[in-house]
Amino acid sequence: MSIILGLLTLVLLFIVILQISKASDLIKTLRFGDRQEESFGNNAIFLSVIGFGILIFSIVTCFTYADTLLPRSASEQGEWIQWLIDITLVLTAIVFVVTQALLFWFVYKYHYRKGRKAYFFADNNKLEVAWTVVPAIVLTFLIGFGLQKWFKIFSPTPKDAIVIEVIGKQFAWTIRYTGQDKKLGSRDFTLVNGDNELGINWKDTTSHDDFFADEIVLPVNTPISVNIGALDVIHDFYLPHFRLMMDAVPGIPTHLWFRPIVTTEEMRKIVKDPKFDYVLACNKLCGSGHYNMQKKVRVVSMAEYKKWEREQKSYYSTVVQTAVSDSSAKKSDVAPLASSTVAEMNK
Amino acid sequence: MQTTTVTEPHVKEHSQAAHADAHHHTETFISKYIFSLDHKTIGKQFLFLGMAWAVIGGLMSVVFRIQLGWPDETFPWLEKIFAAWFTDGKLNPEAYYSLVTMHGTIMVFFVLTASLSGTFANILIPLQIGARDMASPLMNAISFWLFFLASVVMFSSIFLPTGAASAGWTIYPPLSALPQASPGSGMGMTMWLIAMVIFIGSTLVGGLNYVSTVLNLRTRGMSMFRMPLTVWALFFTAIIGILSFPVLVSCCVLLIFDRGLGTSFYLSNIVIGGKALPFAGGSPILFQHLFWFLGHPEVYIVILPAMGMVSEILAVHSRKPIFGYKAMIFSILGITVLGFIVWAHHMYVTGMNPFIGSIFVLFTLLIAIPSAVKVFNWLTTLWRGNIRVNPPSMFAVGFVSMFISGGLTGIWLGNATIDIQLHDTYFVVAHFHIVMGIAAFFGMFAGIYHWFPRMFGRMMNDTMAYIHFAITFIGAYLIFWPMHFLGLAGVPRRYYTFNEFAAFSQYATLNKVITIAAIVVFLGQLIFVVNFIYSIFKGRKSVQNPWEANTLEWTSPIEGVHGNWNGDLPEVHRWPYDYSRNPNSDVDFIPQNVPLTEEEKKDYVHH
Repeated sequence: MSIILGLLTLVLLFIVILQISKASDLIKTLRFGDRQEESFGNNAIFLSVIGFGILIFSIVTCFTYADTLLPRSASEQGEWIQWLIDITLVLTAIVFVVTQALLFWFVYKYHYRKGRKAYFFADNNKLEVAWTVVPAIVLTFLIGFGLQKWFKIFSPTPKDAIVIEVIGKQFAWTIRYTGQDKKLGSRDFTLVNGDNELGINWKDTTSHDDFFADEIVLPVNTPISVNIGALDVIHDFYLPHFRLMMDAVPGIPTHLWFRPIVTTEEMRKIVKDPKFDYVLACNKLCGSGHYNMQKKVRVVSMAEYKKWEREQKSYYSTVVQTAVSDSSAKKSDVAPLASSTVAEMNK
Repeated sequence: MQTTTVTEPHVKEHSQAAHADAHHHTETFISKYIFSLDHKTIGKQFLFLGMAWAVIGGLMSVVFRIQLGWPDETFPWLEKIFAAWFTDGKLNPEAYYSLVTMHGTIMVFFVLTASLSGTFANILIPLQIGARDMASPLMNAISFWLFFLASVVMFSSIFLPTGAASAGWTIYPPLSALPQASPGSGMGMTMWLIAMVIFIGSTLVGGLNYVSTVLNLRTRGMSMFRMPLTVWALFFTAIIGILSFPVLVSCCVLLIFDRGLGTSFYLSNIVIGGKALPFAGGSPILFQHLFWFLGHPEVYIVILPAMGMVSEILAVHSRKPIFGYKAMIFSILGITVLGFIVWAHHMYVTGMNPFIGSIFVLFTLLIAIPSAVKVFNWLTTLWRGNIRVNPPSMFAVGFVSMFISGGLTGIWLGNATIDIQLHDTYFVVAHFHIVMGIAAFFGMFAGIYHWFPRMFGRMMNDTMAYIHFAITFIGAYLIFWPMHFLGLAGVPRRYYTFNEFAAFSQYATLNKVITIAAIVVFLGQLIFVVNFIYSIFKGRKSVQNPWEANTLEWTSPIEGVHGNWNGDLPEVHRWPYDYSRNPNSDVDFIPQNVPLTEEEKKDYVHH
């Protein structure tokens, strides 16, 4: 019932607008004739006022919302990006204000007046060369600065980097650390089963000290090398406060390295929020749970990181070994586990 | 096309016209208004169907904006209307993603590609170049009816029990390939793909027709460099479509194979629900390359017709020639060529080789040059003009404003380094909605207000047009300008709610404001629809040349005759922008079919 009433109100509103508009046009036609020349001046004021109003709105909101944007970058790479954004912002803001102001100023200044003649101005090579060359020069600088930072961000990973693996699936992230050997064990998707969600190859002994973590813990000022992957659909490894992202693609490993420079504790002081935490989010539509695929990220001092790392238990030692010794006490390797998965797959 | 073998096209056209006249009175309602071969009727059909789609697509955005504005509230009254999408008064996430996907598909393809090009290429190309009809009227009709068929399939998919496609309008596999991954990737995705393949057929048939018409059927004296910029823009748009849409067909067909035949073009090493699937060796990134090889030129397919119409409309209403006519043509050419080699800027964070990425940065930022040239030329066209500020010119000015605002943020996102931070955030949503969504709609509105008298012989109501303009222009900035801030704060797009993340939930109030603005803007478009329908039947009768424009369409009888001109086709003697050419004359325009005076012959230069 209320829906019908609402619709009726809307219809009535449109009828009122239609009737007023009919009358208004009729009056104008009676006063000014078909060409309605006299109303062009009012229309010009109408359009320019809206235009300048929007220009002021867009400038003012930039200042009022400046404080709500991301705090200082938590990674060194993000600071390079911020530098490029700052330069681009200044340049584009100048062009934005000048061109929008000219546009709406011309509309007012040169609106139709009876008896005035427009200036026949069809082309001018000097002007056209000028506004081809000047943008070209400015853009050359932006391209140059941009590519310099781009290649810096994708420079070879430092040797001392801490390696982690982040694997996305609907709708959660799995985080794997290397353990003491600084190497991640290899994976094979055909080995996936209930006990081995990522399909880690336990025959590869480098996997034996790998451990899973339920949050990403990173030491500050240390390069972090992230191996990114996905099991089912494309996800995206997105660290908003670090200003970084990289797609997680099934079948195609991707990689990113970065250097965190602000610990969680320091950032809590900067944003004046004692509960603040860095977060990992998914930024590629991956299904109905896409909007809630998160993992806490904690940046700590190296000492804290070492302490935390020592406390972690390898998955192989806690789960796989136990499972294997339970099911077949005689065999020490894990081949049956793998072959049963393959058999299951072939069904 | 049929005239390519005729050495003297005019002779044949005369006989055609006579032939058409002889049969004029035997036309039935069906042959005249439904299965018509007349380009003017087909153009209107594209417009009507496009408007219906725009209302549907707009309404969808209102529904999902309500979810984003009030994520914690329930809406039992909405559930009564859209029962299948709601549970306990709340929009389901699956339905949310279907709505987002369909909104994008409908707006990009069905409204701003098919309807924008279809309407104005059909109505303007023959009328502005002085042709009796399209090169192949039958192919032209087939183009519309394929679009209609694609529309039926796409519309039906909304009512499937498993929901419409929900993988985003870019339908990236594996999400779109695996029904296990998302309910919308079942039958909904199948119907999406079928609809799109039919749709591409429509675009190709139409595009080939537009190109051959422009190349072959120009009237005597209408050299290429005397064509109005609308025709140039529609011509290049059709060429882009012909070259890029077939790639989308192959892209879709391979996806159909992966979905139905068990091939692995896009799929590899997939584990879903704890089970490994037997796909190996494919690449999801290959899909993105194929998709964006169309997808990026697609945005120029959307924006070029609007640019062409705005160039024409600004010249007519400021009573000045368009500034830099040739520069405008070459900038369209530049955009067309560069538009084909920038597609991977949508893929900077897919893990692509950084060197390949750098090449795409270079070409992408280069596109800013022809775009800047166009903006400066529009501004110079207004400078020292005698601007008649009426609905068409208002929307044209609105287009320029939107194109500047959205174009400048393209310089941000095109630079791969910045894209690492802003990719797929609300900054991108703001950018592309302003530069190709709203701007293209403004171009379309300007075109409709300008050529309405040519289409229906009546004028639209000005007062409603001004209300429509104010609501749309202010509302569009209210909706999309703040989204830049959301993006710079890191808020990702395609989130059903932001409340799950402390980092993204700070803009609750702003999201409500955006939703309210979106609802008001949607209602504002209904004012336009009311005005449009009302004016078709009751609008003020138009005079032959209401805007005092130079182009040929205003010399064709206003009531619209089969074959466009009674008797001979008009002959063209000058370029289309002789506005205020003679400062001593009382009349500030000289139509293209007016012969040069003896005095003019001495020093007439084509610009």
